[in-house]
Amino acid sequence: MRPFDYVRPSGLPEATRQARAEGSAFIAGGTNLLDLMKLEVMAPTRLVDINRLDLAECASLPIGGLRIGALVTNSDLAADERVRRDYPLLSRALLAGASGQLRNKATTGGNLLQRTRCYYFYDTSAPCNKREPGSGCSAIGGATRLHAILGASDHCIATHPSDMAVAMQALDAGVEIETVEGITRSVPLSDFYRLPGDTPHIETVLEPGDLITGVVLPAPVKATQIYRKVRDRASYAFALVSAAAVVAVENGTIGSAALAFGGVAPRPWRNHHAELMLAGERPSEKLFEAFADEVLGEARGQGGNDFKIPLLRRTIIATLKQATEESQ
Amino acid sequence: MTAHVKMDAPDRRNRLDAMAQGVIGEPLDRSEGALKVSGKAVYAHEWPVEGLCHAVLVRAAISRGTVTRIDKAPVEAMDGVLAVIDDDRLLRNPAQGTANKAPVQGPRKIFYIGQPLAVVVAESFEQARHAAQQLVVETEAADAVLDPEAETLEHERPKGKQTSQGDLDQAMGAAAFSIDEVYRTPGHSSAPMEPHAAIASWDGDRLTVRASCQMLKYNRNELADALGIKPENVRILAPYVGGGFGSKLGIAHDAVAASIAARAVGRPVALALSRRQVFETTMRRSESRQRVRLAADAEGRLTGIGHAALVSQLPGEKFSEPVTQATHFLYAAKNREIVHEIVRLNLTCAGSVRAPGEAIGMTVLETAMDELAIKAGIDPVELRKRNIPETDPEGDKPFSSHMLASALDRGAKLFDWQRRNPVPRSTRDGEWLIGLGMSSAARVNMLAEAEAIVTLSAGGVRIESDMTDIGTGTYTVLAQVAAEMLGQPMQSVTTVLGDTDLPPGPGSGGSWGASSTGSAVFAACEDIRKCLAEKLGCVEEELTLKDGHAVTANRRVPLAELLADGPISVRGVIEPGKTSKEVRQSTFGAFFAEVAVNEVTAEVRVRRMLGVFAAGRILNAKTARSQCLGGMTFGIGMALTEELIHDPRTGAIVNRDFAEYHLPVNADVPQLEVDFLEERDPWASPIQAKGIGELGISGAAASINNAIFNACGVRVRDYPATLDKILAGL
Repeated sequence: MRPFDYVRPSGLPEATRQARAEGSAFIAGGTNLLDLMKLEVMAPTRLVDINRLDLAECASLPIGGLRIGALVTNSDLAADERVRRDYPLLSRALLAGASGQLRNKATTGGNLLQRTRCYYFYDTSAPCNKREPGSGCSAIGGATRLHAILGASDHCIATHPSDMAVAMQALDAGVEIETVEGITRSVPLSDFYRLPGDTPHIETVLEPGDLITGVVLPAPVKATQIYRKVRDRASYAFALVSAAAVVAVENGTIGSAALAFGGVAPRPWRNHHAELMLAGERPSEKLFEAFADEVLGEARGQGGNDFKIPLLRRTIIATLKQATEESQ
Repeated sequence: MTAHVKMDAPDRRNRLDAMAQGVIGEPLDRSEGALKVSGKAVYAHEWPVEGLCHAVLVRAAISRGTVTRIDKAPVEAMDGVLAVIDDDRLLRNPAQGTANKAPVQGPRKIFYIGQPLAVVVAESFEQARHAAQQLVVETEAADAVLDPEAETLEHERPKGKQTSQGDLDQAMGAAAFSIDEVYRTPGHSSAPMEPHAAIASWDGDRLTVRASCQMLKYNRNELADALGIKPENVRILAPYVGGGFGSKLGIAHDAVAASIAARAVGRPVALALSRRQVFETTMRRSESRQRVRLAADAEGRLTGIGHAALVSQLPGEKFSEPVTQATHFLYAAKNREIVHEIVRLNLTCAGSVRAPGEAIGMTVLETAMDELAIKAGIDPVELRKRNIPETDPEGDKPFSSHMLASALDRGAKLFDWQRRNPVPRSTRDGEWLIGLGMSSAARVNMLAEAEAIVTLSAGGVRIESDMTDIGTGTYTVLAQVAAEMLGQPMQSVTTVLGDTDLPPGPGSGGSWGASSTGSAVFAACEDIRKCLAEKLGCVEEELTLKDGHAVTANRRVPLAELLADGPISVRGVIEPGKTSKEVRQSTFGAFFAEVAVNEVTAEVRVRRMLGVFAAGRILNAKTARSQCLGGMTFGIGMALTEELIHDPRTGAIVNRDFAEYHLPVNADVPQLEVDFLEERDPWASPIQAKGIGELGISGAAASINNAIFNACGVRVRDYPATLDKILAGL
């Protein structure tokens, strides 16, 4: 761990200003950042501690929906009565992640920004384009059990490890961002993460100094919600694949369907185009298969993760089957 | 006074059964348990030592090559840095168990990725770690050998580990049913909760090391040899050890590097391996390729057994995973071919990991037996019972005791095995396919030389030995032996362990700790009883000791009265003798498992598991059970999740932390049941106890894998049975 400065701003303007300088990083729960700093995978020269900012509240919005403060912990969010009632898949996704101790510290904003678990990102003696732009990708041709089948590039095949973000993606969440100029802007979660392309070190649309202040969930819709996580052990393991589904069936046909997938891509994966295939259709195995094939149309395995393609296909079909049955 | 017992003949007296205190075998809590759970037990790295500074190891980032230059100056100039050391005495790898001398040393030649090349010492841990991360080590890389199955590699066949009896090929040709399959098991890490750590301090020429070690008698000699000093100048203290599972058998990087560093800076030095370093630099269990051939007649009686194992090791290391150890004696068959081969690789040193040999050898043999049972249409329990040998099938020696059939019967009854439907995919619970599986358990039994001093005084009993307690309950079981023999309530017995100044024990390893050191304590106690009998004028056999009193004929005398002229102190010594050679000694058991396989995702969950074990006299039903629970939990990991994943190009262990090296977590471990068969093995030890720490893993994974087949009809021959290996067959 390299020596670093530590500041604890008292308000938003100071926080964004302090974080604007190169080498600065915000710290909230620190459950990921501190590990990475100890390994010198990340070496910020200044930590801007936002824990005392007023961002730890979950507020119901007058127009319906919920605004989740960036500092709301994963434990608190999972236990929130409104979340459990109106967005149960979010609660389930949160509880499917990490461990009780980690969830007590981990925050909503931090969860969105956690870094990949790619083995090679964590190994400072191995080239990694995400860690050292231009150095190469060690994962390609290496151990790839964890890696992406969708959205990857020749420069990076890492996956985003969050469960929470997958659920939020299916819920059409928006990310609220405070800029250095003091402007609050909102970005749909589906536009928040950038695909790696040839700049895998740039993971989101955040600009220097930008601070996530909250996540906004739109008003709940009447639908069945499912979060299904497939992993190598029963708890405390990242998803090999996961599926979040918000599906409403009315009069025997699918009214709306939103599906997001984790463990398979550099960001929580959603295919709006494929979802159009479902709306207005009667649920059937054939329909689900066609949907899965559409989602997986561009999927490409790396050897060690080839199994994710049939695994995601089966998981999608089973999740849709369950969701449509429960929704009838 | 010394009481020396050499185990040349069986001891059928069962003396512990004749005692009156009633504590032997009782499920007593560990005496130090409260200290551990409340954080008061002081582990190696936690000692408050004045003037302490901190050291961190620097690793090799290549798998093979030489160090050409270390740029020390910039790091030496960093804040707080006291020294940058690349002493020739730094270890290449830890010593193997009972080596008693230094392992290969020298940080110039690189043999595996992660090998320690230097040690950085600084005022604080944070400064040392940062400085170590900045140290530039220039190396010249050479081609590394990484694939154990590469065809170009030379296969060594060590003498004494091969068996060829009869004509296996002929038996296979003539068999009514046969199996000829190749199985693989991956490398494993011991992954103890407490990382390997040491604090070294010098007082003139005398070195004291507070360390996390399993075998102090050997560790002292290994450390002295590594440093080039006299063993009498070395003292190792290890009163508490937070798990070892074989990875702390021999002296390791932490103690040696801390000692060198402490000498160099003239101050005490603490060094703890990071979790990554535990994975990269401490012993791994070798991966294995195992070909098993089984030939059986129409009734399922084995006519031939072939078991050929290929394991790997660093160049120059003697140890190799003894995969086929139990295959030699487990099942009868006239024609036998057992082959043990080693290839040399540039991967982390291979060494003992809980039950070296049986853990993976029994697992594979018992998977093959399940395949044979299915092929022959014979119930798997029945198939095993039909093949239990009368005597050791390779040496014609009698077994000291043989409880396999009883364990199989008992397990089948307790688990309600008869409810198993032999047809795969016939039991379902929603999305989950349910299956039952079983396997035999066996682990060789060993007695080791051990000494302990037992002192009986008016105030109670004191036991002293350099034996270690690695979380197993040694403190408590030794106290139970003495309390029983000397008629003392448990609270009157003090056990002092983990100090090389105390009489040498064999340490914790090979499951021999409790029976060996317990026997030394027993021998001392028998002599103390004789002294007391003499004082009372009776024969020892007529003496009853209970609750601090001696009773003989119609007299009841407080022991304090008999000890008024001073305590009685006896050094007990147990030495293995003819019983180790004249009979085949093994512990036996059986595992039964129920699993659920998800039909959509191929995820596997163990639903319940039973282990029935025969391990001689059980000294403490609670600590013994805990040992078996731990072993079975290892079995769940071996069956489903645990695997060292190496980068195919560099050999690097890529999953070197607890997030990615998947040990079973609580949610993976269902209600486990453990059942002990009543047994006294007179050949094993004077206390009729046998080893137990490793039996619970020896074959356990096979019961789970066999249950997977019963559930879904997919046979996994490449452990662990991760979902990707099952998915394709669903």
